[in-house]
This record gives sequence, C-alpha cells and structure tokens, in this order.
Amino acid sequence: MPDPQHSANGGRDHWGRTFEPVEICLAETDNGVRDVLGQLLETLDPLDLEREERDTVELVLAEVLNNIVEHAYAGSPTQGVIRLTAKMRTNGLHITVLDDGVPMPGGVTPLGMAQDLNVDLDDLPEGGFGWFLIRDLAKDVHYQRAGGCNQLDLRLAVALPPAH
Amino acid sequence: MKISTRTEGDICIACIEEPRIDAASALAFKEGIRSAAEDAPPTVFLDLQHVEFIDSSGLGAIVATLKYVTPERKLVLVGLTPPVQRVFELTRMNTVFAIFPTLDAAMGKCGA
Repeated sequence: MPDPQHSANGGRDHWGRTFEPVEICLAETDNGVRDVLGQLLETLDPLDLEREERDTVELVLAEVLNNIVEHAYAGSPTQGVIRLTAKMRTNGLHITVLDDGVPMPGGVTPLGMAQDLNVDLDDLPEGGFGWFLIRDLAKDVHYQRAGGCNQLDLRLAVALPPAH
Repeated sequence: MKISTRTEGDICIACIEEPRIDAASALAFKEGIRSAAEDAPPTVFLDLQHVEFIDSSGLGAIVATLKYVTPERKLVLVGLTPPVQRVFELTRMNTVFAIFPTLDAAMGKCGA
C-alpha cells in the first residue's frame, strides 16, 4: 500500500538532484511555450508534486516563457532558443531560464505590483498580471544579463520536506 | 477554440470545450466567445468546467469578454476548476466577476 503522506513529498528524496535540461528552439515547434512546459513537467515527474504544486510550477513558468516569446524575442524573424534547467534543493525547486533575446528594459524585471481593481469596468486591466503572478508565487527571483543572454533564476517552494 | 453554446430560456450557456485558455489560445477564445454572445439572451454563462489551465493572457481575455458582454448582458462564470479559481483569487479578479461553482447553482440564482 502506498503511503499518500510519503508519496506526496517525493521531492525530499531528490535533494541535490539536477534534472535533464529542457532546451527548445521556438522556430521548430508549433506550440512553443506549451511544448516547453509539457517537457519540463515531464522531467519533474519523479518529484511526485502535489496537484497545486504542479499548477504553481506550470503557471509561473508559463508567465516567464510567454514574456520571453512576447518581449525578448518579439519581432525576431526566426524565434530563438529557450533553455530551462531545474535543480532540487532542500528549500525547493531552483529554476534557471536562459534566452538569447533582447535585454529587459532598464536591465531589471518589472515590479509586478497588484493591479487596482476599484475602477470602472472599462478600465479594468486586461494585462500586467504576469509579473505579479511570478513574484507572488516564486521566491528569490533574480535577473541578469550575461554573455549576451538573459538569465532568470527563481525558486519554487515545492516538494519540501514535511514541516517539523 | 471549441465552444459549444446552448440557450435555456433567457440564458446562453457557452461551454469552453478545451483544457487551456493561454497565450496561444487567448485570441481564439475572445473571437469565439464574441460570436457566441453576439445574439445571446440577456445572461451569458461562461462554463469553464473543462478548463484546467489559464495564464495571465487567458485571464486578460476573460476580462475583455466581461467588458464586451456588459452592460447589454450579464456575464456569469461557472464551474471554475481549482487551478483556474486560484488565478482569479491571486489576482483578486474573483471580486470583479459573478462566479458560481456549478450550472445548477448559477441557474438557481440567475435563472428565470
């Protein structure tokens, strides 16, 4: 009989584990971001993430990857490559995302403030939620431009050992 | 984007038959739901029970739909799955929309 308490925290058996990097060339896929997400979630299968944890990983990375496609690689005639690496540590899943697109404006990530919803219907925001969600759900978000690449590091507090 | 629609009395029920409203499908969603709502009765239920994932683009498309449908009609969201509900709660968009867990609950409140 599998012990649900145990299997729900499969990550604790994977500390220090580096997962197979996911690298995808956007020009060669029909569904770039969906394909990257699908591949990454597949490589994370051994962590046996709980449903909500899996949803968090998928949502945060969807926002990060959509930003790369829409901004870093905006207007590129042949869209570039995105490389994702994941490593499990005791405080969660550390993810690094690299792309060769244009730098973040001003060299920094957007603040991602919560939007004001106390407005007329016509003025409700239809965008700008992406960085808010990233900052709300991910920890230790760090951006740097290095060697002509954008590098975004972040940590997702998933698959943590049971609290004492 | 596959959207099935049916009318029950004064209510149009538009059911999204796909698992994702994301950056890749947000535009198709907006177009599909607009044509579904064009000649709709005064209340439109957007049935999201089959949608397992939305990102910020999907959320933006649902906000755009609310603006398009209102004020001529009322838009009601129905059957949000846990990951979809969560995006609404994180962004506090759940305070802007009328949301019901099931079609029955929505019918009971909004039905004739």
